[in-house]
Amino acid sequence: MLENITLGQYYPIKSPVHALDPRVKILLLIAYITGVFLVPDLTGFIIVLLYLALACRLSRLPFRLLVKSLKPLRMILIFTFILNLFFTGGETPLLNLGFATLTKEGLLNALRYSLRLVFLVLGSSMLTLTTAPVVLTDGLERLLSPLKVIHFPAHEMAMMMTIALRFIPTLLEEADKIMKAQSARGADFESGKLFERAKAMVPLLVPLFVSAFRRAGDLAMAMEARCYHGGEGRTRLNVLKVERRDWIAILITALFIALIVLEPRIVPWHV
Amino acid sequence: MADEIIVLKDVCYKYEDAARNAVDHVDLTVRRGEMTAVLGRNGSGKSTLVKLINGLILPDSGTVTTDGMDTQDDALVWDIRQRAGMVFQNPDNQLVATVVRDDVAFGLENTGVPSEEMPGRIEQALKAVNMLKYAERAPHLLSGGQKQRVAIAGILAMRPDIMLFDEATAMLDPRGRREVFDTVRQLNREGMTVVWITHFMEEAAQCETVHIMHDGAVVLSGTPQEVFSDRKRLEPWRLDVPPMAALAQRLRAAGVALPEGILSIDDMTREVEALAARL
Repeated sequence: MLENITLGQYYPIKSPVHALDPRVKILLLIAYITGVFLVPDLTGFIIVLLYLALACRLSRLPFRLLVKSLKPLRMILIFTFILNLFFTGGETPLLNLGFATLTKEGLLNALRYSLRLVFLVLGSSMLTLTTAPVVLTDGLERLLSPLKVIHFPAHEMAMMMTIALRFIPTLLEEADKIMKAQSARGADFESGKLFERAKAMVPLLVPLFVSAFRRAGDLAMAMEARCYHGGEGRTRLNVLKVERRDWIAILITALFIALIVLEPRIVPWHV
Repeated sequence: MADEIIVLKDVCYKYEDAARNAVDHVDLTVRRGEMTAVLGRNGSGKSTLVKLINGLILPDSGTVTTDGMDTQDDALVWDIRQRAGMVFQNPDNQLVATVVRDDVAFGLENTGVPSEEMPGRIEQALKAVNMLKYAERAPHLLSGGQKQRVAIAGILAMRPDIMLFDEATAMLDPRGRREVFDTVRQLNREGMTVVWITHFMEEAAQCETVHIMHDGAVVLSGTPQEVFSDRKRLEPWRLDVPPMAALAQRLRAAGVALPEGILSIDDMTREVEALAARL
């Protein structure tokens, strides 16, 4: 169980999308989300679909992986669809079910909202699937670093994230060890009512917390011994540089936004 | 003076709420390029001693001078820690990054080494501890000995003159212990000053100087041959001589003509073969 833990959903392969500067990728995602919200009608989603398909193709990700990211959201999607379907109202009835009436407006609205949700999730997954968590953290730190002027702790937050990522496997291993030790002495984590099971977790959580605090103390000492003194005067091993492929990605995304905005003028029909 | 790289003069240190001094009126000198072992039981103050050397804690009284710098001087603290690197006991609790290469870079980033200079220094450091092929690995997938060697590389990349080891092999299996100890021995041969805290007699026996600590005081110092020659001298500190030294002493008592100063299996093999050749 512990060997195959994956942090986040990063899919480690080499592709032009993986190689993009994380700062650019984060900003492009924001642009993409704005684009999805700007989509004026259903036809517009074809542009979003094309954009996403291009990104998917360039990233060499298996398509099913992207689709899999929708799974946790399926209930919300169904709800959004049904609620919009029946509660939009409208003038053009399509079908009378007796207890409710399906209208054309309802159907279009339901499609619009569900599609918007689907594309938002797919786009965000595109970022997390192609960017390692540490790289993402690094990108975020640098994007947020101008906010240091107003005392926003960008470096500290990124350092915390990195340490958390580093210690997740270590703490999982430890939890597993403690669990086995407690089971060997008769602890039962699996059976009983919810309350009893929650109570059974106490002998697992207490030692885990104690050890986590001890680790934190040790680590702080080790970091100090290695001259860590905050973000000031720090240099970086990985220098981020905006390269040609980043500019190409920015250009494509700009085109995408422009197409969405202009779509009602280009396409003669409106749905 | 330049020859004495670490000088402790009448140093005392007491932890808050502690009844007695953890380090009590200690005078100690380490020469440049020397490999010094500090031995002692749990709570004898040996860990406190090394933390005083790189300024992680400051003495209550007395002075600690590391590479000519007084640890009390606030302005020098980062220079001292860069010059005197430290490896701790628990291999899991001193690696910061999620990839070996990034972890080795950590100290360099902290001390503001230019980015272009880093890859070369990282590669050199990883090569020195024979971990270059693991540069892209995640630390939690490495063995204990490998993690400790990464920690050593992290210090090495900062180009220190002194390396302090606080029971760096205590949590390792025998193989990992040998890996780490051999790596450190090699670094020492290339000129690194090493302070090696341990409770393994076999390791101390391979150092040039041994200090024995008890209740915060240095009670016995000398070469391993001097310190381990007689079991009776170590008895008051509840320490035992290395197994081979003990065996040699018992053989001598039984009338076998073995010379003094046998500390390791290699020594014993050599002397027994010499003895057999004479028969």
